[in-house]
This record gives sequence, C-alpha cells and structure tokens, in this order.
Amino acid sequence: MPDLLQVENLAKRFGGIVATDDLSIVIPEGQLHAVIGPNGAGKTTLIAQLSGQLTPDSGRIQFAGTDITALPMPARSALGLARSFQITSLFLDLSVLDNVALAVQAHAGHSFHFWRDARREAELRDPARSALERVGLKLRENLPASALSHGEHRQLELAMALASKPRMLLLDEPMAGLGPEESARMVAMLRELKKELTILLVEHDMEAVFALADRITVLVYGRVIASGKPEEIRSNAQVRDAYLGEQEAVHA
Amino acid sequence: MSDWLSARTLAVIVLLAALVLLPVYVEFTGNRFLLTLFTRIIILALAAVSLNLILGFGGMMSFGHAVYLGIGGYSVGMLAHEGIYSGFVQWPVALAMSALFALVIGALSLRTRGVYFIMITLAFAQMAYYVVAGLARYGGDDGLTIYKRSQFFEPINLSNKTQFYYICLALLYASIYLVWRIVNSRFGMVIQGSRSNETRMRAIGFPTFRYKLTCFVIAGILCGLSGALLANHTDFVSPAMMYWTRSGDLIIMVVLGGMGSVIGPVFGAIMLLVLEETLSGITEYWQIILGPLLLLVVLFARGGIDGLLGKVRHA
Repeated sequence: MPDLLQVENLAKRFGGIVATDDLSIVIPEGQLHAVIGPNGAGKTTLIAQLSGQLTPDSGRIQFAGTDITALPMPARSALGLARSFQITSLFLDLSVLDNVALAVQAHAGHSFHFWRDARREAELRDPARSALERVGLKLRENLPASALSHGEHRQLELAMALASKPRMLLLDEPMAGLGPEESARMVAMLRELKKELTILLVEHDMEAVFALADRITVLVYGRVIASGKPEEIRSNAQVRDAYLGEQEAVHA
Repeated sequence: MSDWLSARTLAVIVLLAALVLLPVYVEFTGNRFLLTLFTRIIILALAAVSLNLILGFGGMMSFGHAVYLGIGGYSVGMLAHEGIYSGFVQWPVALAMSALFALVIGALSLRTRGVYFIMITLAFAQMAYYVVAGLARYGGDDGLTIYKRSQFFEPINLSNKTQFYYICLALLYASIYLVWRIVNSRFGMVIQGSRSNETRMRAIGFPTFRYKLTCFVIAGILCGLSGALLANHTDFVSPAMMYWTRSGDLIIMVVLGGMGSVIGPVFGAIMLLVLEETLSGITEYWQIILGPLLLLVVLFARGGIDGLLGKVRHA
C-alpha cells in the first residue's frame, strides 16, 4: 500500500523544552497507527503540527504526495486530513445536526451563498444525518450540542470528522474521560472506521490501543523510542521500562 | 416551534402591523410628534438590526458601529452642501462610502480578538469623528444643515412626513428580511459557527476571515443606509452622529432587544427611545432608571425582550 502520511525529521521546541525531537513516521493508506507515550511525550504537539495548528521548527510533512509542512489548517483539511480534538471543541450553542452540517459545508465549495436556507439543503443535511447515524447520535440531532453528555460529545466529534469525508483521521485521545461502556462503544466504532480510513490515534487507554492498532509508535520526550507491530511493542524491553510497565502497574 | 402562533410570533405580528398602522392613528389623533418619534425609532432600529448581524450573529463586538451612521449621513449632507440633491447619487454614494470604510476598518480590526477588537473599532469611529469635526467647509463641530431632502422622481417626496415614514419602514422591513435570509444561509452558518468556535471553524476548513469581513461590510452598508435616512429625517448632520456614545446606544438596543434574534433590535430600539422620551420628560437623569433596567436584562434575561417572549434559540 502507498504511504499516505510521511513525517521526516520533525522538530519543535518551546524555549528549552524539546516537544518533538527528530521524529519520523510513515503511515501507509488504510493503517491504524497508534502513538503512545507518557504525559508530556509530545503526542498532542505532534498532532497539532500534523493538522497545521503549530508550525514545526524543521522537518517535513507529506500527505498524499503533497508537501503540507507550510500549509494552513483549512488547506490541510481540504486535502482530506481531519482532526478531532482532545478537549472536545464543538459549536455548543448550535444543534447537533448543525454541528455536523457545518463540517459537511466546509467541503462543499465556498460558502458565499447568502439566500437559500442552509438548514433545508439536502446536500448538507443528508450526509450530516448519515454521519450522525454511523456514530449513533441520530436521535439527538435536534438538541443543542451543549445538552449532550461527555461521551456523546466524543461521538459528535467523530461524526464531524467523518462528515468531511477525510482520507485520514487524526484522533487525539478519543477515549479520554469516557466510562467503560462508552469506551467499548468507541472502540467498536473505530474498528468499523478503520476499514475505510487511515487513522493516527493518540491514546492513553492501552487496552484500546492494543485492540485497534496495526502499528504502534512509542514517544518519550518527543523522541521515538520504538515503533512496530503491537506484539513487538509489548515485548520491547525499552518500552516496558519507559512506559508500559509503569502503566500496567497503575492499572493493576 | 411547531406551535407557530406562539406568544412570540403573535408579538412580532402585532409589532409589525402596529408600525404599519401608526400613521393612521396619527391622522386621527393629530399627534404629529408621535410620527416624528417613530420615524427616528425606525431609522435607528435599522442601524441596530445591522449591528446585530455582526454582534449578535457573528460575535463581533464592534464599539464603533455609529461611524457608518455618520458616513451615510455626511455623504448625503456634503453632497447636498455642494448642490447635488439627487437621491440617486446621494444614496449610492452613502452606501459605497460605508462599504469602503467597513472594508478598511474590518480588514484591520478583524485580525484582532476580544478587547483589542472593541478598542480598534472604537478608535476608528473616534478618528472619523474628529476628522469630520475638523472639516470647516462642512460646518466642523457645529454640524451641517441640509436645506433640501434627497430628491427622487415624482411622486416620491421625502419631505412628506407620512411618505418618509413609510419609506423608512419599508427599508427597515426589507433589511430585516435580508438579514434573516443571510443568517440562515450557508454564509450565515459560517458566521454563526465563527461566533461559536472560530478555532474549530478553521480546523474544519473554513477561512473565517473573509466571511467575517464580508459580514462586517454588509452590516456597514445597512448602517450607512440608516445614516442617509437619519440625515434626511433631521435635515442636519453633525459629528455627534458617530460619537462613541451613539455606538453604545446601538449596542444597548441590540442587548435589550435580544442578541442574535433578527427582530430583537426593533424591540430594543423602541424600548430605549420610548424610555428616553418619556423618562427624560420626568427627570434629566433618566439614565439612572435605564441603567438598572439594563442590568436586569443582562443578569436575568439574556435573550432580551425577544427572549422573554419565548424565542427558541436554535441559532
């Protein structure tokens, strides 16, 4: 399979802190690639650079054969790179359906249309409804987004990412703060999605990561200390020392 | 929402109809003053409707919106002063000048957020105020008397008070309809999304700046129209039209009436100006009564008058 995302020698520092240190990752089309690491390992900083929210100090990011290192967020999104936020970032005062319809509209050409009622355009509403159906929020579509539970906010985030018909999803801790049942539902949903999409998943929930990932990259202090198949990562002594052991101790 | 004849719908219908019938009432009672007062209310309501487009729907807290009242007004006043009375020249110039100013002010101020945005819009309006106050040829500080109202073809005659009232009312209603279409269109959804969460709008692929700037210019044009009407109404323009307290009045109208409700600013304008008229007859310090009232609205009735009438805020 061709590589969809190629990150070469990415570096980002904030003052004296090295958040991303000579980082390279290659993700082929169709793969679910998980990035794990202890707090402060630079996972969110990595996603911010991939989505265009932060500009790297050096290095190169290629997506679908295009160099996107210098592209702003909207342009990356237009190429098919969608991001969900660690802290849910929704349009809380708009309805659930409006939230998703906006995500559809973002990819339906320019929005300098001043007259037609956007809430009655099937071209926007139908894909939005089907995205809501896929994440199981169909019945909530008319509520304001602020009325949903935390878990439902995650589902809505995902629906918005799907509605933009992306080629690749950047998911920043989609399980954070979810209860066990909600987490299980999210894992099931991601398993469905990975059949159609390339996914980069940053996640603390190791059970979810090992259940879903095709490949795993381990970051510590912004640096890749290991990268490989889940079995390889599990048996990697260095990873155990740095990270997994400590996690499992906490979980046990 | 399915209950279309809600208290709110009823109130809006009654309001719109009452404004249409007002001149009839004036005819019967001979209370010409009421007609003058409500012409003024309607003109300023139009300005408030335009401010609401950027403030209520777009979340752009402009504290210099009255500058377009001044620009619209002075376009009419200056042209009249130079002997050009045709409304077909004056009004397009008023709208074009407002658009131009809004484009420049918006292009600079929309790069900032929050308090900085408020300060920059205020600064531009104050700059325009002092420039106009320094134009000796056009009356400077003292303002400029307009000896002839804008001329259109027969039988349109702006000097006929009833006719002028209806022209203002028609333009107000047309503007409300226009804003209503805009805020519910794709463009309007982008504007509302930017108010709600601009970072997210950019992340999902909207270049928000150009949409906000366009919205800012549309609001400027509508307010410029209001300024052209105001100049014709008072037969006089002065720098005070764009003083910052006037911008404050427009914000009060929007907040009182209900931010983000298309019709709200009309309620707000009526309330503020009728209060001003009646209370200032009782005491010179009428704002002592207005102040607490505003506080109550901000603390307990966020949706303003329109919210109290039961507007469902889906937007």
